[in-house]
Amino acid sequence: MKICVTINGQKYERDVEPRTLLSDFLRHELELTGTHVGCEHGVCGACTILLNGEAIRSCIIFAVQVDGQELTTVEGLGEIDNLHPIQEAFREKHALQCGFCTPGFLMTLVPFLKENTQPSEQEIREAISGNLCRCTGYQNIVEAVKLAAKK
Amino acid sequence: MATRYFGQRIRRNEDPRLLTGQALFTDDVNLPNMLHVAFYRSDYAHGKIISINTEEAKKRKGVIGVYTAEDLGDYWQRGPLLVPPPPIKDIVFNERTQVPLAKDKICHAGEAVVMVVAESRYIAEDAVEDLEVDIDPIDAVVDIEKALSDESPLVHDDIAKNMAAHVVQEKGSYSAIRDQADVVISKKFLYDRGTAAAMENRGVVANWDERNQQLTIWDTTQAPIPIRNGLASMLGLSQSQVRVIAPFIGGGFGPKIMMFYPEEVLIPWVSKKLKRPVKWIEDREENFFSTTQERGQVHEAEIAVSSDGKILGVRDVFIHDAGAYAPYGLTVPINSQCTLLGCYHVPNYYSEFTAVFTNKPIVTPYRGAGRQHGVFVMERLLDLAAQKLGITPVEIRSKNFIQQEDFPYNNEIIYQDFSPLIYDSGNYAPALKRAVELIEYDKFIKEEQPRLLKEGKRLGIGIVSYVEGTGIGPYEGARVTVEPSGKINLVTGIGTQGQGHFTSFAQIVSEVLDVPVADVRVVTGDTLEFGWGSGTFASRGAVVAGSACHEAAIAVKKKIKKLASEVLEASEEDLEVGNGKVQVKGVPDASISLGELAARANPLRGAVKPGTEPGLEATSYFGPSRGTTASGVHAIIVSVDPETFLVNIERYIVVHDCGRVINPMILDGQIQGGVAQGIGNAFYEQLCFDENGQLLNASFMDYLIPTSLDVPKIEGDHIETPSPLNPLGVKGAGEAGSIPVGALYAQAIENAFRDCDLEILEIPLSPNRLYELCSQAKECGEK
Repeated sequence: MKICVTINGQKYERDVEPRTLLSDFLRHELELTGTHVGCEHGVCGACTILLNGEAIRSCIIFAVQVDGQELTTVEGLGEIDNLHPIQEAFREKHALQCGFCTPGFLMTLVPFLKENTQPSEQEIREAISGNLCRCTGYQNIVEAVKLAAKK
Repeated sequence: MATRYFGQRIRRNEDPRLLTGQALFTDDVNLPNMLHVAFYRSDYAHGKIISINTEEAKKRKGVIGVYTAEDLGDYWQRGPLLVPPPPIKDIVFNERTQVPLAKDKICHAGEAVVMVVAESRYIAEDAVEDLEVDIDPIDAVVDIEKALSDESPLVHDDIAKNMAAHVVQEKGSYSAIRDQADVVISKKFLYDRGTAAAMENRGVVANWDERNQQLTIWDTTQAPIPIRNGLASMLGLSQSQVRVIAPFIGGGFGPKIMMFYPEEVLIPWVSKKLKRPVKWIEDREENFFSTTQERGQVHEAEIAVSSDGKILGVRDVFIHDAGAYAPYGLTVPINSQCTLLGCYHVPNYYSEFTAVFTNKPIVTPYRGAGRQHGVFVMERLLDLAAQKLGITPVEIRSKNFIQQEDFPYNNEIIYQDFSPLIYDSGNYAPALKRAVELIEYDKFIKEEQPRLLKEGKRLGIGIVSYVEGTGIGPYEGARVTVEPSGKINLVTGIGTQGQGHFTSFAQIVSEVLDVPVADVRVVTGDTLEFGWGSGTFASRGAVVAGSACHEAAIAVKKKIKKLASEVLEASEEDLEVGNGKVQVKGVPDASISLGELAARANPLRGAVKPGTEPGLEATSYFGPSRGTTASGVHAIIVSVDPETFLVNIERYIVVHDCGRVINPMILDGQIQGGVAQGIGNAFYEQLCFDENGQLLNASFMDYLIPTSLDVPKIEGDHIETPSPLNPLGVKGAGEAGSIPVGALYAQAIENAFRDCDLEILEIPLSPNRLYELCSQAKECGEK
């Protein structure tokens, strides 16, 4: 099936099998490998991306379902020399260790911080409770979100 | 000592790449013409393979090859024994390691039986469905206490009673002092199995380049160099024909040090055979079966104490679950045996264990690597003894700490590195005192707890201590090069899984050469760049590789001074290296930049003098005589919901001593993450196997790992007792956070129910299990 999607502002037209997962499409077809896959059953949140501005899990949706839609992946946030404020805050507060789950956290937090500019600690913890991190114990992620909110 | 870089809270060099999705993980490798692999894995935990029919699978469009054990021919070999049995008297050790694909017999659920190679992973998985594999199930060995009975089925037909090993270690004579004790506590303890669940599953990509006769492998391993050496040998290639890259790795925690996983043997082989790049990426379900696990042990332990609270001796007899195969030897149970002694002077110790084979996934070290179990048993025994003597947990620990003047302290038994278990340095009392202060122990017991109980709130406090043997040999190496740009290239052999090596190693070199940390480019885990070393395990990266970085930087500094003394016509003693240049002390005009000096050290004309080397580069190795012992105290306050038995952590304190600290920010991160893993382990991470050896909770829906709502803010402090065993004075910190949490949790829960006769003798302890225990306990039931 032919699909057309806009990702990080760029248009892509591709033929895909209907059963192709969106995460596989992004990673292996388009080589947007910043989106990671941790569980393939929608629990860990590593594959979180934005669909029309809303955080979704790309491992439990098919590529054909996003035909004609707009997506944002971590590659669309900031660049190595010009980090997005939330990326900058993650670096400042040591909110990542192995970094595998990080893109999913970032993509969960972008719409959260847009809607909630002054979140409480509890609100932050609830917002990221659907993303698993095995390295940090979350404390520094919470600190980073507080810092990003201030910015 | 004033430092500019070492010991500073410096943000990480590796973060920008990770934060922008630009860092290369194994599954990100995408090569033209690449094939994909899926495995048929056994549904049964124990069985005989009757037949395998691959006809239909082979016919499927897009399938390139289907391979069984038979198809591997002579390449089918058992994996190597990674750690031979230590030199302990009368040790029994029955070696049995894993196979690449099951032949004849299945030994655990999820064991790989058939490998399918296809044009895409989707097609490969379709073809796995086409396979007809007939397995005749056999009764499974699941319960480790029954595994040794005469009636038990055998995991390996030629290994009687499923006995993988039997080891006795003894210090003094427990039996001789037992009768002198005023109090003897004797209990049975259970510590059950969990899984590391790194967020990135395992994966291997191999690319055999026929024209260059070169094999390149990307592997989620913690040990790229041993993988290269082993594969070269298995495939009949020279080590220089094989390049293993451990790129960014999404968490290791131990299971990724295991080698060789079947896939690590098979993917390179099939790439070479088909002359095409081949990729296999583990999915989460596979991870629950085919990645190694840890923790299952049952201890029957006894402590003998005098009326003044002094430990006279400990006796511990335990069974260790080795799983289906034991490629990692006895590292885990030896760690349990040794770490049990903790921070305490135990004059008499008898420890005996039997490791048993079971029809469950393989057991190899997972963060803590057996230390949890030992700490749990010892700390629980101390708590129970304290109760009996009417003293507090704090008092009994204080009375028995090894004193500062007693270091180095010889425990008179053999550790996992085959060296005597000698603690190099430590200072335990101040850490306990600090933790007591921070958690306001006395105030909680005297004021808070009674007040809250009146309000109907059940709160409990816990405080435990532990040691962690870290930084063992054999050795690691590093190469430091000053580039003509003036920047530094630093290469080490060990791989990295999120520990911050790109920054902490850079800090070590920056401190010596006085260059900004951001100007030190660190390369790790690529055998082409550095081919000598063993791997990232046993909290040894900072200690062993870090010390090698330090030695290499010092060697380069000597070269810098030697060449600069010629160029600047000054004696070496009059030179100082700093701010990216070498200068004659007190003469700012007489200087040369490091970059210019590096260019001069590699001239295009003229001659390099005999006996000297070109370039400003040095390679150094560091091998410690034995491991260095870190330690710590954790304290906790929990509240228990009287209706649901849900446990909430109100406060969590860590006072940790890992010698000199390279980067406090990174260290705190290691501790926080370790504690989070410990919380999962203590509270609810339990792999549930049924009587057939079938894992019942093999998904993140059913196997719960802690979320941001479960892990509290961790407060704490550091004590710095330098290690005398390495030039930096550092000790490892990777596993510390996770080690004492089970023991701590148990003590705090008991304390919350101090008016009942509740005894916590097992971990993990879910709210359901806690409810059961409370219902059974006298007094508790009706509350």
